[in-house]
Amino acid sequence: MIVMFGIFLLTLLVITAIAIVRTSNLFVAVMLMGIASLLIAANFFILDAADVALTEAAVGAGISTVLFLSALALTSAQERSKSSRRLLSFTVVAVAALVLIYATFDKPRLGDPQAPAHTHVAPWYLENTPTYIDIPNVVTAVLGSFRGYDTLGEVFVVFTAGIGVLFLLGSGTAPGSLPRETRNEGLRHYLIPRVVGRLLIPFILLFGLYVQFHGEYGPGGGFQAGAIVTAAIILYALIEGERRALAALPQRWLLGLMAAGPLIYGAVGIAGIVLGGNFLDYSPLASDPVSGQHLGILLIEIGVGITVTGVLLSIFHAFAARGR
Amino acid sequence: MELLGLYHYWVFAILLMTGFYAVVAKLNLFKKLIGLSLFQAAVFLLYITMSKVDGGTAPIFSGAADAVFSNPLPQVLILTAIVVGISTTALGLGIVVRIKEEYGSIEEDEIQEIDRR
Repeated sequence: MIVMFGIFLLTLLVITAIAIVRTSNLFVAVMLMGIASLLIAANFFILDAADVALTEAAVGAGISTVLFLSALALTSAQERSKSSRRLLSFTVVAVAALVLIYATFDKPRLGDPQAPAHTHVAPWYLENTPTYIDIPNVVTAVLGSFRGYDTLGEVFVVFTAGIGVLFLLGSGTAPGSLPRETRNEGLRHYLIPRVVGRLLIPFILLFGLYVQFHGEYGPGGGFQAGAIVTAAIILYALIEGERRALAALPQRWLLGLMAAGPLIYGAVGIAGIVLGGNFLDYSPLASDPVSGQHLGILLIEIGVGITVTGVLLSIFHAFAARGR
Repeated sequence: MELLGLYHYWVFAILLMTGFYAVVAKLNLFKKLIGLSLFQAAVFLLYITMSKVDGGTAPIFSGAADAVFSNPLPQVLILTAIVVGISTTALGLGIVVRIKEEYGSIEEDEIQEIDRR
């Protein structure tokens, strides 16, 4: 039954993808992209990836749609030129798709417990997480501790991308660049979005904090929480106008948050060395190794959360400020 | 019924190539970025499909002794990849916005036309 539901969702996804490529109205394409993200998130949930589903729903369907729309507002919503070398491209793509599909016949079937992916190192993590880390969510344990080095790299990639966007578009902190009241009133004159938004925003923020600090026990963690908190503040900016959102959380703070995240993460890593362990080894941080791991994961997740919040919000404001 | 177990991979292939088609065939830079996002989403789907184990649940210990868990490793990879993906997409959008400001167009053929002058 659940398999059939998954197949139904995937079929819808293929139809959406084809519609995205075929439409020449970019606004429609962005909206369909949001729908596609939501369908993918639902699929991830069916495939037991609760953490990933949460991230995809918050980032793919939420923030990415807002970023695409704010970039679209600065360009044009209509695609003018037609495709180039359409027949050649289609042939190449179709042949590649057929080759890929041919290759899948050698792949293990969906859910096969004997698939190579499940028999190599994965069981080790499932068996040893209770001993070394002792938190219920294995995804968080691998992300934060076992492969903490990789996650540090990812945080720096997010940080670098944020810096890159600010270089391209300007951070909007220069004097005189404060938004004028006229064009930035948001939806303040519309009663329903305003009332509903006011009701929703505190709960979205609370949910973001829950996801941040409950990430060791349930689906969640810094990446998801950062995206959810960002979504709440973007919603505030859309409803009350960007000026008020910037008054509540000034750009200077956001730049601070962007930099503070990688700093906290790196500092936890160096604290491990200072206290006699290896880089990003959390065991020496507390009296016994397991509570050291708990503390380390909590701290680096905070670092991840504030980087993601700072970067995504700065990017949003950079696009919004460009429109003035 | 046996072949239904491959359906996710087929959708991956079609989705990947649909996104790739938008990247190579469309001249609109914005559309190319949307295609790139689709391409990315297809890769996410491939990894998460591989993490599923029959009868498994999300890899979060709940106290049940005989629980089967899906593979957490692909999930960790994709979790971070999604956030990195949106950051790099935003960088691409930033470049597109700057191109629009400099050239007044985001169509590749028109931009090349202006460059040739």
